[in-house]
Amino acid sequence: MSIAEKFVSMEYGPAPEDPREALVWLDTHGRQFGHFINGAWQKPASGQYFDTADPSTGEKLASVAQGTSADISSAVDAARAALDSWKALAPHARARYLYALARQVQKHSRRLAVLETLDNGKPIRESRDIDIPLVARHFYHHAGWAQLLEQEFSGYTACGVVGQVIPWNFPLLMLAWKIAPAIATGNTVVLKPAEYTPLTALAFAEICQEISLPSGVVNIVTGDGSTGEALVKHPGVDKIAFTGSTEVGRAIRKATAQSHKKLSLELGGKSPFIVFEDADLDSAVEGLVDGIWFNQGEVCCAGSRLLMQESIAEPLIAKIRDRMSTLRVGSPLDKAIDIGAIVARVQLERIQRLVDQGVAEGATCWQPALPMPSRGLYFPPTLLSNVHPASIVAQEEIFGPVLAAMTFRTPREAVELANNTVYGLAACVWSESINVALHVAAQLKAGVVWVNSTNLFDASCGFGGYRESGFGREGGREGLFEYLEPAWFKQAPSLRPMKLPAGKAADTQPDSAAPPIDRTVKLYVGGKQARPDSGYSIEVRSPDGRLLGEAPFGNRKDIRNAVEAARKAEAWGKATAHNRAQVLYYIAENLSQRREEIAGRLSAVVGQEHAAAEVSRGIERVFSYAAWADKYDGAVHDPPFRNVTLAMHEPVGTIGIVCPTEAPLLGFLSLVMPAISVGNTVVAIPSEAYPLITGDLYQVFDTSDLPGGVVNIVTGRPAELMKTLAEHDDMDAIWCFTDEASGTSAKLLSVGNLKQVWTNEGRAIDWFDVKQGEGRWFLHHATQVKNIWVPYGE
Amino acid sequence: MAVNHVRRYTLAENLAARPETGLSASTEPALATLSGRALHANHGIPLNLDWIKDVRVNTSAVERRAQTLVTRRTVKKEWQAAWLLRAISCMDLTTLSGDDTHERVRRLCAKARQPIRRDLVTRLGIEELDLKVAAVCVYHNFVETAVRALEGSGIRVAAVSTGFPAGLSPLEERVAEIRRSVDAGAHEIDVVITRAHVFEGKWQALYDEIATFKSACGSAHMKVILGTGDLLTLRNVGRASVVAMMAGADFIKTSTGKEAVNATLPVGLVMTRAIREYAHETGAAVGFKAAGGIRTAKQATEWLSLMKEELGPAWLEAKLFRFGASGMLADIERQLEHHATGRYSADFRHPIA
Repeated sequence: MSIAEKFVSMEYGPAPEDPREALVWLDTHGRQFGHFINGAWQKPASGQYFDTADPSTGEKLASVAQGTSADISSAVDAARAALDSWKALAPHARARYLYALARQVQKHSRRLAVLETLDNGKPIRESRDIDIPLVARHFYHHAGWAQLLEQEFSGYTACGVVGQVIPWNFPLLMLAWKIAPAIATGNTVVLKPAEYTPLTALAFAEICQEISLPSGVVNIVTGDGSTGEALVKHPGVDKIAFTGSTEVGRAIRKATAQSHKKLSLELGGKSPFIVFEDADLDSAVEGLVDGIWFNQGEVCCAGSRLLMQESIAEPLIAKIRDRMSTLRVGSPLDKAIDIGAIVARVQLERIQRLVDQGVAEGATCWQPALPMPSRGLYFPPTLLSNVHPASIVAQEEIFGPVLAAMTFRTPREAVELANNTVYGLAACVWSESINVALHVAAQLKAGVVWVNSTNLFDASCGFGGYRESGFGREGGREGLFEYLEPAWFKQAPSLRPMKLPAGKAADTQPDSAAPPIDRTVKLYVGGKQARPDSGYSIEVRSPDGRLLGEAPFGNRKDIRNAVEAARKAEAWGKATAHNRAQVLYYIAENLSQRREEIAGRLSAVVGQEHAAAEVSRGIERVFSYAAWADKYDGAVHDPPFRNVTLAMHEPVGTIGIVCPTEAPLLGFLSLVMPAISVGNTVVAIPSEAYPLITGDLYQVFDTSDLPGGVVNIVTGRPAELMKTLAEHDDMDAIWCFTDEASGTSAKLLSVGNLKQVWTNEGRAIDWFDVKQGEGRWFLHHATQVKNIWVPYGE
Repeated sequence: MAVNHVRRYTLAENLAARPETGLSASTEPALATLSGRALHANHGIPLNLDWIKDVRVNTSAVERRAQTLVTRRTVKKEWQAAWLLRAISCMDLTTLSGDDTHERVRRLCAKARQPIRRDLVTRLGIEELDLKVAAVCVYHNFVETAVRALEGSGIRVAAVSTGFPAGLSPLEERVAEIRRSVDAGAHEIDVVITRAHVFEGKWQALYDEIATFKSACGSAHMKVILGTGDLLTLRNVGRASVVAMMAGADFIKTSTGKEAVNATLPVGLVMTRAIREYAHETGAAVGFKAAGGIRTAKQATEWLSLMKEELGPAWLEAKLFRFGASGMLADIERQLEHHATGRYSADFRHPIA
């Protein structure tokens, strides 16, 4: 075609990125890669390799080592050997290494971008303009954290050896999100890249060599799911960080339950994209392009559920269709295409299957008539309208360029529909009214909310989900906590189980002729004293076997009722922090009023001196959290463009708390007070040694204006009650501070809804020590950070 | 930009607003198509204040789209050459300086007839295109000179008018100015609006002013300059665009070239989206002219891809799209020579206007 003809047609023509340099790089490695262990390339123990291919052509790019547990072991050993000196390195020295990584990524930015596109199939525009710059930014930002670590996180220490498993959708970016915070905080790493996309991780390994990162600090082991499983299960790993499917996340939760491995999970999503009638509709349409048609829709936080206000649904759909018709699908290396290749055939088939199923369930499928490449794995941009919330395409993550559209009538219904999902990763709200946008953003169950924008990321802002989208944050100050632990906690001795009285002692005769008036302790549910469903009681005896009283024998149904009551009391989380502080102060005041009688009764179990100390320390503790209630602020992050990101501390929701056996009063207050001070509601199981404390507590709560249902207390056999709590799918978290076996069991049983689990890992906590027993560590677990992005400008 | 109410103007209504045209829906030829719908020339519609109130522009989102639009699309090799030639064909070659003379305008007209070197035309193999710019744009004083110099070329003469660039002379004078330029043979009149009407929200006054200009233009094409650098906010740009089209603009144009900030892609995006909305609502195609601050070949292809993406191929032609530029041609010439020879070129190798 001549220039004159092109002048007439005004087509774009091909604009291929030249992949030569990247291919030459593969050639210099003989198109075959071993694992990167202890600073050097190592052949796989099994001698086995597998191929990685370009999904847009099917051509093999290289073969990479199939990791086995032997490879994982040698990588973990290398990381362990490197740990002490890396951790002991001056923060400034670690900062220099991270800075060098950032610089080196920039120097090789195009090679990395092209490799990423070759391996993954994403458009070169995206790898060049989004993925790789964010990778460099992540290392820069965390070089800064490495520098400031001792000042900003004093008292915290690295977890140790970290195992990281990352997905194929943003291979190098996910590597950066994992490795940068881990090594900045003094951990060493074994990372397993995704089976489909190992190449940029291997290129990164070479970068580690180039900057002379100490051997063993970063180790890369390639392989499939079995390799990841070996890493997750390896006993030498202190923490697992995983990004991927919710299904695998569940398996990892299970696999790590019988260990002390710290865990962070960034899982799937079905994120709502809410458009109000007062939105800039054309911009909202572009938001969708950046949302569901970004990275072929293979994005965990993709705005895949479009919720449109009814009044604008029709014009909006028309605009979306028009815009879809101008999307370009084609070779990922072409600089002027919007949608590249789907990463693998199995994924392509999954997308098709789900779309077919959606249509079978009544959805209307529309795809623009776009020229599609004749070979390679491609899926056209797809709009499913007339989707109902019950449809599979409204519920399941498709991970493809498929948008499911629904309508709503009012802001309230928008929130209801948006939250009608097991996921809670991200959400978009489009409205020109700041009132509507922020009001809705505050109510969404999602870790990230973008106002009038989509898929904005930055190293300074935390990213991570609510509900079954996982727990933990990546990026920002909040992300660093995933790789740190209180130094004292790592050193804390094992908890010696408290011996509960076995036999009965001879009951002493009453002093006077008339017996004391019977004191019946009940359960405390929804602000009311309640008899146990079972109709049974259990004896409570002092260590020397004296009968102190009887506590209700609570069962599953009592737990169920308590959880319902706690859910109903969620308005507590929306009460003002000042209001919550007032209630907590009042609790302290009333505890103080009754200090002697409570201590008197408690002394039968823990001794007089100890009991008095528990009460007075307990009063202080309640005061502390009354003080914290309006001070555990969020932050305003400052990503590099005109925007404010509000990092809000939100309550986790409803928390089940299995209180320590020791310190029946102080232990209870040390866990329940931080939880409610930031707005959670609680179902607590008090100390097994002295469940009668319940009676004292509810009398205090009842006189302190604590709304009914904010704290619910169920006595019984803690281990059994804990199981019901851990399995309950309407609980957001479970804290278990008794013995190690209960902690393990809580983790195992939490997989139903992937609730957050926090335990003492079988360690003894000195509740009397302010450094151990109260403060930010507790508040951190009582909250989750929601990052609300608000770009602004007129 | 969002228009919330379903509002569909028929072509008849559109024409009814300007009965003097004597056209009817059946006889008027289609000017363009958009989303499969045939569009006709704009004759304006009655002022609709609800529509103006409903204009929504999210500045940050528009800026993001403008930033990424130019990274999503690119043209290379012969396609790039073809696109640059297309840019030339959509160019209003402009001189609007205090030191303009008749001779200077004649030089410009000569360049307009032959925008690139003859040997380049041969090397590129585009003799058949008979490439020339779309129009020459001058002050009223030079209209006759330009008309004479361009006789027989098919190149149109555009006059800036109505108290250009501030637009603050008395209305009668501004209207008289239009008439004089039309009488002098100008085919196109670039009018400026009273920016104060926008700031003061006097939409009726703005509408009436532009409608008055339109009737003074008669059969000459009216390009309405919004002075977007003065309007400052994109919301203002969106509203002013809609009013100008309702009042009968054939083109809406960004800037005079004299404001501190002239044609920017975010402004272009807001205006093209307004054109699209107007086309959907009324069936009328309004053209777009980006003027001021566009100096490079790269910018030329960026603007063309903005038009192609937001409005479609009809807006890649001179009848619906113009560049108002004086310096851009020189850069395009150098790029074309580079394409033809493989060597980087220099300014002085190309004849100046």
